[in-house]
Amino acid sequence: MMWLVFAFGAWALGWWVNARLAALPRTRVTGLVVPLIFGLTLIAIWEGVVRGFDISAVLLPAPSMIAARFAASTAILWEDFVQTVIKGALTGYVSGCGAAFLVAILVDRFDFLRRGLLPVGNFVAALPVIGMAPILVMWFGFDWQSKAAVVVVMVFFPMLVNTVQGLADSSAMQRDLMRTYAAGYWTTLLKLRLPAAMPFIFNGLKIASTLALIGAIVAEFFGSPIRGMGFRISTSVGQLALDLVWAEIVVAALVGSAFYGIVALIERMVTFWHPSQRHL
Amino acid sequence: MQEAAVQMPDTVPGQSVISAHHLDLTFQTNDGPVHALKDVSLDIAKGEFVSFIGPSGCGKTTFLRCMADLEHPTGGEITVNGVSPEEARRSRAYGYVFQAAGLYPWRTIGGNVRLPLEIMGYSKAEQAERVARVLELVELAGFENKFPWQLSGGMQQRASIARALAFDADILLMDEPFGALDEIVRDHLNEQLLKLWARTQKTIAFVTHSIPEAVYLSTKIVVMSPRPGRITDVIDSPLPPDRPLDIRDTPAFLEVAHRVREGLRAGHGDE
Repeated sequence: MMWLVFAFGAWALGWWVNARLAALPRTRVTGLVVPLIFGLTLIAIWEGVVRGFDISAVLLPAPSMIAARFAASTAILWEDFVQTVIKGALTGYVSGCGAAFLVAILVDRFDFLRRGLLPVGNFVAALPVIGMAPILVMWFGFDWQSKAAVVVVMVFFPMLVNTVQGLADSSAMQRDLMRTYAAGYWTTLLKLRLPAAMPFIFNGLKIASTLALIGAIVAEFFGSPIRGMGFRISTSVGQLALDLVWAEIVVAALVGSAFYGIVALIERMVTFWHPSQRHL
Repeated sequence: MQEAAVQMPDTVPGQSVISAHHLDLTFQTNDGPVHALKDVSLDIAKGEFVSFIGPSGCGKTTFLRCMADLEHPTGGEITVNGVSPEEARRSRAYGYVFQAAGLYPWRTIGGNVRLPLEIMGYSKAEQAERVARVLELVELAGFENKFPWQLSGGMQQRASIARALAFDADILLMDEPFGALDEIVRDHLNEQLLKLWARTQKTIAFVTHSIPEAVYLSTKIVVMSPRPGRITDVIDSPLPPDRPLDIRDTPAFLEVAHRVREGLRAGHGDE
């Protein structure tokens, strides 16, 4: 009962503080503090409700339990992080996006590739990752290489489509201008079309950043050495060690947010000139 | 009125910079062929300021784009500096100013003016020197490090003129550069453009659909009419080269404007 009162109190307090803050003029500090208080309130209510109703740890462990497990298993979590995020997701992300970027330039240059390759790419993108992953695990083995391959398949198409679209985004007038300077293909590409394509390219990179993590984790369900976030999640569920599963999910959420945030930050620096990024 | 025409002191007669003979250009569209230009012949001498005026669809922009090798005539011949437009384009013989400023938003004003210089391989020191000089010329000194979206439309268009001037082409092709600007800014830019022309001695071809603008700026006014696009009148301006803005109230000015208006009306009449 005490815990339920605690949950209710946390809800009321969080609401009251945020309502007061929201009424103040918006500053950097309130912009950061308001969502933080919201998150903390949510965790407090979660803790109170789980303990108050005595919910089984298998169904939903309390945040404190997850935190304790997190602190106790940092070695395992780190090992899984390196295996899944660094080796699987990041390798696949960099090579998949890089390959898609180069192919996009070829597709843009040669029209027969646009007509031939884009439909095939569309087809590959429509294949469900659940179906592709076991096959790629067969081809590339249990270790991170097959996970990177799954990520490549997943990120390639969104990146390709966005880059191709971006390269076509310069206006006829801007291309005419380059023509009056007698600028060749490569000069036009470097000075006009790639800069103009940057908002689209970063859009692709952001979409790919979330797909990469999903792909790397899910692919591990279909075979993995005895480490990796996906492997840990699927085996810990079997052992009813749901607190460890949740700890892995916390890691995945933090990594995913950080990954997306870093890409968005670089985007803001590169495409500062775009109307969506201007703050002047 | 023809006898009132005086030879402008800074034009060099006989030295034809742009020369078109019986130029035809037909676009094939789904609704059948469109005659954008039909039997267009014109000579532009060195140092002239020639305006092209006419209603939309009369081929004035198309003609300018033919000079710039951005369109290809389907008949007749045209030379720029005595060579084909393509060779002229490859030798960077002209600067082109479009209807919109078209500055690259990721480059500063200085960076935009520097763009043709980078492409044409000028040294870093020369790039900086030229950027400073042409920005001075269009009265944008001090705005070098601003971005285009931080400037007004008139300032952006001036920057785009600076960009066309940066690499010392002898010919300036301008396609309704001030069409999107308001009257006051336009007057000011017209005045500046005349000063700039007097200082640089360039040959200028200028497309417009404003009669006062055409008469105020030009040594020669080419009146065109649509369907098919053709030249209906070529008027040599009797106005002196030194033109304060209030010259637009003088009888001589009004007379030329009247003749241009007559020409435009005649072009519409035989439709």
